[in-house]
Amino acid sequence: MPLMLSVNGAEHPIDLPADSKLLYVLRDSLGLTGTKYGCGEGMCGACTVLLDGKPARSCQAPLSAVRGKKITTIEGLEQEGRLHPVQAAFVAAEAFQCAYCTSGMIMAAVGLLQRNPRPSDEEIISALDGNVCRCGTYPRIVEAVRRAAAPAQGTVE
Amino acid sequence: MDQLAADLILEEHQHAAIAPLRYSFELGRREFFKLLGSGLLVCLCAPQARSEAPGGRRQPEEELPQAIQAWLHIAEDGKVTVYTGKVEVGQNIRTSLTQQVAEELRVPAASIQLIMGDTDLTPYDMGTFGSRTTPTMGPQLRNVSAAARENLIDLAAQRWHADRRSLVAANGEITDQNLHHSLTYGELTKGRELVQVVGDDPALEPPSQWRIAGTGTPKVDGRAFVTGKHQYASDLTRPGMLHGKVLRPSAFRATLTSFDPAGASQIPGVTVVRDSNFVGVTAPDIGTANRALQAIHAEWTAPPQTSEATLFEDVRRAATAESDNPGGPPRFTAGSLAQGLAAADHTLAESYRVAYIAHVPLEPRAAVAEWQEGKLTVWTGTQRPFAVREELAQAFRIAIDQVRVMVPDTGAAYGGKHTGDAAVEAARLAKAAGKPVKLVWTREEEFTWAYFRPAGVIDVKSGVRRDGTLIAWRFDNYNSGPAGLRPPYSIPHQHIEFHPTDPPLRQGSYRGLAAPANHFAREVHLDELAHVLGMDPFEIRRKNLSDPRARAVLEAAAQKFGWQRGNRSSTRGCGIALGAEKGSYVASCVEVEIAGREVKVKRVVEAFECGAVVNPNGLENQIAGAIVMGLGGALFEAIHFEKGRILNPHLVAYRVPRFRDLPKIEVVMLDRKDLAPAGAGETPIMALAPAIGNAIFEATGTRLRSLPMVPDGLAAVSPPGTHA
Repeated sequence: MPLMLSVNGAEHPIDLPADSKLLYVLRDSLGLTGTKYGCGEGMCGACTVLLDGKPARSCQAPLSAVRGKKITTIEGLEQEGRLHPVQAAFVAAEAFQCAYCTSGMIMAAVGLLQRNPRPSDEEIISALDGNVCRCGTYPRIVEAVRRAAAPAQGTVE
Repeated sequence: MDQLAADLILEEHQHAAIAPLRYSFELGRREFFKLLGSGLLVCLCAPQARSEAPGGRRQPEEELPQAIQAWLHIAEDGKVTVYTGKVEVGQNIRTSLTQQVAEELRVPAASIQLIMGDTDLTPYDMGTFGSRTTPTMGPQLRNVSAAARENLIDLAAQRWHADRRSLVAANGEITDQNLHHSLTYGELTKGRELVQVVGDDPALEPPSQWRIAGTGTPKVDGRAFVTGKHQYASDLTRPGMLHGKVLRPSAFRATLTSFDPAGASQIPGVTVVRDSNFVGVTAPDIGTANRALQAIHAEWTAPPQTSEATLFEDVRRAATAESDNPGGPPRFTAGSLAQGLAAADHTLAESYRVAYIAHVPLEPRAAVAEWQEGKLTVWTGTQRPFAVREELAQAFRIAIDQVRVMVPDTGAAYGGKHTGDAAVEAARLAKAAGKPVKLVWTREEEFTWAYFRPAGVIDVKSGVRRDGTLIAWRFDNYNSGPAGLRPPYSIPHQHIEFHPTDPPLRQGSYRGLAAPANHFAREVHLDELAHVLGMDPFEIRRKNLSDPRARAVLEAAAQKFGWQRGNRSSTRGCGIALGAEKGSYVASCVEVEIAGREVKVKRVVEAFECGAVVNPNGLENQIAGAIVMGLGGALFEAIHFEKGRILNPHLVAYRVPRFRDLPKIEVVMLDRKDLAPAGAGETPIMALAPAIGNAIFEATGTRLRSLPMVPDGLAAVSPPGTHA
């Protein structure tokens, strides 16, 4: 009996073992490859998605734990061709180099701004500390989150 | 000049005089126009490539640069497609090269598409490394673009029977200034199949006149990255594709002694492959592939191997015996070292060490391999697509032209993706399964089976006059590597030598190769000399520099930082260091804060000069990124190993720089419009570690001579025997 998964507002039947990790379900079953594998141990944040609006490591989340939750991936942020303010801020600040970490960074930042629309630099750093940018683009990522915090935020679940 | 060199130059001139189609491009020409439609195709044959070919010491054909280095196509709709064998790994060359094409061709950057790192479509290229893209591929693409522009002006002049001097190229059009009419590039080439081969250097726009190059053009395709739409190699799928896993040996150099695949083979959809010591599986999904891997029974035997505990003794002992090998590894001498040391007021001998570290590109090695009628196609993240093509051809004993390697813009490399390991493994699995196979290394595999930045020992012995003049310099690098071996300072008596060894771990290139290690030893040593003499660390550097470019970065960094002597306390120290490598110059000033055992880098000011800046936006990103990455190697990154096994192959046990480590970073870019652009991917990392070490010394009086300097905090830094 397939399990229904709610991803970016659509319901998907998934017929995989309950211990399958969400990361691989998103990438391999649903073709949502914007969510990245970086370490498989929850230490790099490349696989960050929102579960009911809160950032979570999809490489650590088994299907059994995400059933019934609203899952948002990087592909779900853009609305009718318009970038989410955090995406737009990352482009404006050019807050990436190889950009492999970017999806996870953006999802973590969206989660932060929903909880705390006006974070201090310390709060940004603390919220994103679990996300690794090996290219070292941290200064611009902080700058992008600051920029995104300025306009009013919509809510993404 | 010897006869061979003379012949080569002569031959080069002859080539330049011969009609272009000498280079048998005829074959590719039809394919290109079939692929791209009609229009103008411009190919560049650099004289240098021709002169290297006949007498070059790299023997196999594939190692030689082919005559054609770059090509460009202008389609009927004005769309420009440029082909280069370079690859994008986050250093932002897709953007900086696009700008340079736009500059010379006089078209909007948005009308240009770069095809990069595709062995079937792009010209041969040795690889994307050594900060070579900007100084070599940049001018090549500017050449081909300028030649195309001039050709288009000629076409318009013919069409209009006009004097070409009255024609200008701008914004994708040729305009006759007298008659005020224009034609777009596409209109000029419509319906034609024009081929132009460029042999010599057309007139290029000098950097001082640049309008598109030299500006902070945003990253090409930035939107594709923030929406998750960009497909890295690890994101690609093919029809019917399976997922692969490789069974890794119990230790390095192990051989398979017992093997039973029954548990895996009986899982539906699973194929088990064994080929000598290679064991792997394929399955319809990654979960099944993992289960199959675990169900294989295998036993391995590994030979005894060096452990980390004796690493530094081992590399020095193993190397010393070979140091007098004539024609061997790099060695530089000047004057008489003995004389220099005898004439010195002070001499100092110290030893420095660097640990093995890992590149940790966030996208691990990954490949998708597909066989079709004997032809192998592989998509993979590598810095050397053509070398990987050769690896694949050799591994499967097939001809080079039966292999195609494509490199999607990749999730970083830092010198760590020169090889085709994942490509070969994926291709072996795909061959056995008879279907396309994707293989993505796990982080643990990446930490274990990739190669490392070499560890090493560096011995320095120096002599200095009372006034701070360096007069004697002996520098011996064991195993870490010869890059950046020679000092930027003027020293009359020198003996500098690199001693290779048989290393315990698989090692290879890293951002800047050994230059960060050699800069660490040199620049910390210089600080030690300044301390012995009671001299300002800034002053001793300036005093011994004759290269004005080196002095300029040193002074720029010190000025921005507000460098002044004696500004220290027991909890705050400042350090300075200088670097020069690959035609670029760097100086770093660092402030550290000491809180108990913890060292926090509070502020980094870095001045950098790489000639004319092609993209200040991308350059600033590279410099700041190198500083952040450099914090890891300086402070805490180290690979631990024992008996052929890596002990910390996970991010939880291998600490990389994170947001909380971020200092205040201020970058000073010295834009030298009068100089040719040099690369910038590597040198900005080089002066950071010594500047931090020197700052820690200023605050604490503790001299740290091993990288990483404070893996466990300050209190643990001086166990007996760590320092010379």
